Amino acid sequence: MPKSKKTPAVTSEKPSLKDITIRICMGTGGLAAGSREVMDAFHSELRSRNLKAAIINKCVTKTGCRGFCAKDVLVDVIISNAKTTYQFVDPEKAARIVEEHIINGRPVEEWVVGPEYHAFHNSETKILLKQCGEIDPEDINAYIAIGGYRGLEKALSQTPFEVREEVKSSGLRGRGGAGFPTGLKWEFCSMSKVAIKYLICNADEGDPGAFMDRAVIEGNPHSVLEGMIIAGYAIGAKKGFIYIRAEYPLAIERLKIAINAAEQKGFIGKDIIGSGFDFDISIKQGAGAFVCGEETALIASIEGKRGMPRSKPPFPVSKGLWGKPTVVNNVETLATIPVIMSQGAKWYSSIGTEKSKGTKIFALTGNIKNTGLIEVPLGISLREIIYDIGGGCDKGRRFKAVLTGGPSGGCIPESHIDMPVDYESLSEIGSMMGSGGMVVMDETSCMVDMAKFFLSFTTNESCGKCLPCRLGNKRLYEILNRITQGQGKAGDIEFLLSLAEDIKISSLCGLGQTAPNPVLSTIRFFRDEYEAHIYEHRCPAGVCKAFRKYLIDPEVCKMCGKCFKACKSGAVAWEKKQPAVIYREKCVKCGACYDVCPFGAIT
Amino acid sequence: MSDHKVKIKINGTEICCNRGDTILKAARMAGVRIPTLCHDDRLEPYGGCRLCSVEVKGVPRLLPACTTPVARKMEVITESETITRIRKRIVSLMLSNHPNDCMRCEKAGECALQDLAYQYGVDGSEYGGERWDLPIRQANPFIVYDPNKCVTCGRCIRICNEVVMAGTIDWVGRGFHTYPDTAFRKPRSLSNCEFCGQCVSTCPTGALIDKKGRGKGRVNELTRVKTTCGYCGTGCNFFLNVKDGKVVKVTSDYDAPVNHGNLCIKGRYGYEFIHSADRIKTPLIRRGDSFHEATWDEALDLIADKFTGLIKKYGNKSVGAFSSSRCTNEENFLIAKFARTVFRNNNVDNCARV
Ligand SMILES: Cc1cc2nc3c(=O)[nH]c(=O)nc-3n(C[C@H](O)[C@H](O)[C@H](O)COP(=O)(O)O)c2cc1C
Ligand code: SF4
Ligand code: SF4
Ligand code: SF4
Repeated sequence: MPKSKKTPAVTSEKPSLKDITIRICMGTGGLAAGSREVMDAFHSELRSRNLKAAIINKCVTKTGCRGFCAKDVLVDVIISNAKTTYQFVDPEKAARIVEEHIINGRPVEEWVVGPEYHAFHNSETKILLKQCGEIDPEDINAYIAIGGYRGLEKALSQTPFEVREEVKSSGLRGRGGAGFPTGLKWEFCSMSKVAIKYLICNADEGDPGAFMDRAVIEGNPHSVLEGMIIAGYAIGAKKGFIYIRAEYPLAIERLKIAINAAEQKGFIGKDIIGSGFDFDISIKQGAGAFVCGEETALIASIEGKRGMPRSKPPFPVSKGLWGKPTVVNNVETLATIPVIMSQGAKWYSSIGTEKSKGTKIFALTGNIKNTGLIEVPLGISLREIIYDIGGGCDKGRRFKAVLTGGPSGGCIPESHIDMPVDYESLSEIGSMMGSGGMVVMDETSCMVDMAKFFLSFTTNESCGKCLPCRLGNKRLYEILNRITQGQGKAGDIEFLLSLAEDIKISSLCGLGQTAPNPVLSTIRFFRDEYEAHIYEHRCPAGVCKAFRKYLIDPEVCKMCGKCFKACKSGAVAWEKKQPAVIYREKCVKCGACYDVCPFGAIT
Repeated sequence: MSDHKVKIKINGTEICCNRGDTILKAARMAGVRIPTLCHDDRLEPYGGCRLCSVEVKGVPRLLPACTTPVARKMEVITESETITRIRKRIVSLMLSNHPNDCMRCEKAGECALQDLAYQYGVDGSEYGGERWDLPIRQANPFIVYDPNKCVTCGRCIRICNEVVMAGTIDWVGRGFHTYPDTAFRKPRSLSNCEFCGQCVSTCPTGALIDKKGRGKGRVNELTRVKTTCGYCGTGCNFFLNVKDGKVVKVTSDYDAPVNHGNLCIKGRYGYEFIHSADRIKTPLIRRGDSFHEATWDEALDLIADKFTGLIKKYGNKSVGAFSSSRCTNEENFLIAKFARTVFRNNNVDNCARV
């Protein structure tokens, strides 16, 4: 990644095609934005200029997601090591880029990414995403060329005990949610005397808005495979499963290609690189239930049962898949292993805080300028993430809170924006790391409505097995709904708090235990908003429709007539140069006028 | 202390239990009562209802006693303010999605949910909110399923899959809308149901009831008579439920040594012959083309005469004993013994021979 924010100087010499690389982002985000068409356009543009197809295929490469999906399709043109990145490329733009930049050596300045692209990437510390967006994920040689499978070689030259110790001393903690030390989990599993053991890579990734696991698999599938083989060796498993949701067809395809290639190279199968160690990997597709990301539900699902969690203990490390000791690790966790093996635990543990080592990928979404995937060292402050990388809230609005940890995480208010992002600090404040979702909310968000929104997700995704989650969260949701509808009662807040607390301590699995978090944390930090809804019958952010009066303030009204045009019920009366008026008897409270008024004249 | 024994503390008292036992089992052996709902000794532990939640020292959450294995030096508390609060919460949540029409419910008086509501003094009225309004299923001759009364303990599902292995029912839906049903919610009769009624026998509420006994009397009006099934030689025990001298239904005897309350369709639902007008109540002797009622003495004398005559004329090898699979083991034993000691031969057989 060039640190210079300037585009390379115009070269007078015509470069030979050998020095040219065109890299096109082909992650699911890029593909959705049309990167395949862009790639075709580059191919045909180069071809129409009579250049040999073989060279063209080589110089136009596809890559995985590079994170900054808000600017897709992103295309790198690299001429003699000078890289120019274009944003929002579409097939029409390909011709001009080829003509002006590749043939004539003058980059098309107006389409080149702006400073925010570099700001987005420069504040990051990339370990896992480093190769995503740089190498062709469907080519094992590209991975080997950048040092791939060297971690495996090193691991196989050591004893499983030594490998476990290395991972233990790296301080790596599970990236799937709970943050359990990975080396310790491996040790527990290896202690079992049962001969058959299993390793499962958890690629279910059910958190709405989270797509880091997908990005890692699509961008660098071999890193996950390499991590799995090392993990298998360390715990004594000969069989690994990748549990991945069927909604990730591209990731599945790339995994299949990668597994095949790794088998052919002798990294998977019998007697891996002459070490005597055998390891196989199978893909198991899930039907996309959120709860199937929970390890015991995931195991039930692989066994062919309905994906429902079971009580722990016994933990999977002693009784897992088909009753055998099993390690379940997240994609990101496993993809980190080869790096730890090749670069050493000492190097890895130099990144991060005392108890939270290394980097973590977050999915930055919501009311923020730069949305996308970011990889940052743990311990970084929320402020750096939201302002330096995320660019602050969109449309110049004020930042209000950020929800970390996915739908069952907690809301962190502006007053805590300087807190470090690590496992302990997040759970202290009533949130969690989760899988790394970050939803940013600005002043236009109603916190009661937010809590209701996230709870509706977990309530619908509850597997229904245990009572506190199935009915408790449902009742919690109904009370929140009542409050947002203007039917809150005195005592509701206290009732919510006690019900939420009971659900947390008595639910069976992590889903139920954490589902009330958004409710608890919004009450903790935004109790005044709840009170405004219940006692003053108003929604401070103006989100909850039930509180709107649908009155036009003639003093504020600029007589533009937009509300008149928006109303489908004929309830707005307006004439040129007259303030508009809403007839209550005709108004159906749909909110159309409220949404279009540019001046906030409607309350 | 041997290797497979561990010492734990329950409510401060040290007890010795088997490694691998659950907290629930250890507590029961020590005479400590822990309430349960989704637990049935015939089934694998489940941990769904959370009523058996207990405190374990060092664990911040409550743990279900029914699934948690004991561990060395574990310290368990089975009653505390928090635990009672949680149990109350659970029962009242259950009742918040329940018709609460005990007055006309078949199960009243032997319903686990009713007992829990009484014990914890809750009625679920503090919640309001949505309640199920699902159609009642009765498109079959034996079982009525009212899902609105279901507390989703999953016992019916587990007995159908773990014990009967019929796989007729499983969970359908998700979240609030999760309940047991057949695939595609077809009538049970179209979903390879064996009508063993095992699901009915384990249901703690009035969600699953026997159709034939419906409206014929509730538990306090019935006399339970323990008996052994007459259909086959397994020797399952059950209770005939009698009202006004009539058998109105069969219920499980969970303590029965042979079948632990399990029954098949014949034992559970095949009792109508008892009061059938066509039932043969005395031995019949054939004279000419027709049968004539006789006393047992007459019948047995006749049989003895005929056997003696045959043996005299053709030798003892010419006769044998052929008994029925509907006889009990003891009866089959007796008939074999009879052949060997009286006929003095080994000509013994049974219709269940395969
Ligand atoms: C409701 C629920 C959903 C989960 N979803 C995921 C998931 O999508 N991916 C994941 O890796 N872990 C998920 N987890 C965490 C897993 O249960 C498990 O802890 C994790 O895969 C262990 O891997 P790690 O030690 O590498 O983090 C989920 C947990 C819960 C309770
Ligand atoms: S907490 Fe929710 S998702 Fe987890 S087992 Fe209970 S009902 Fe299922
Ligand atoms: S009657 Fe027997 S087979 Fe039918 S659903 Fe119930 S347990 Fe299953
Ligand atoms: S029908 Fe009865 S046994 Fe089945 S889950 Fe519901 S309450 Fe439990």
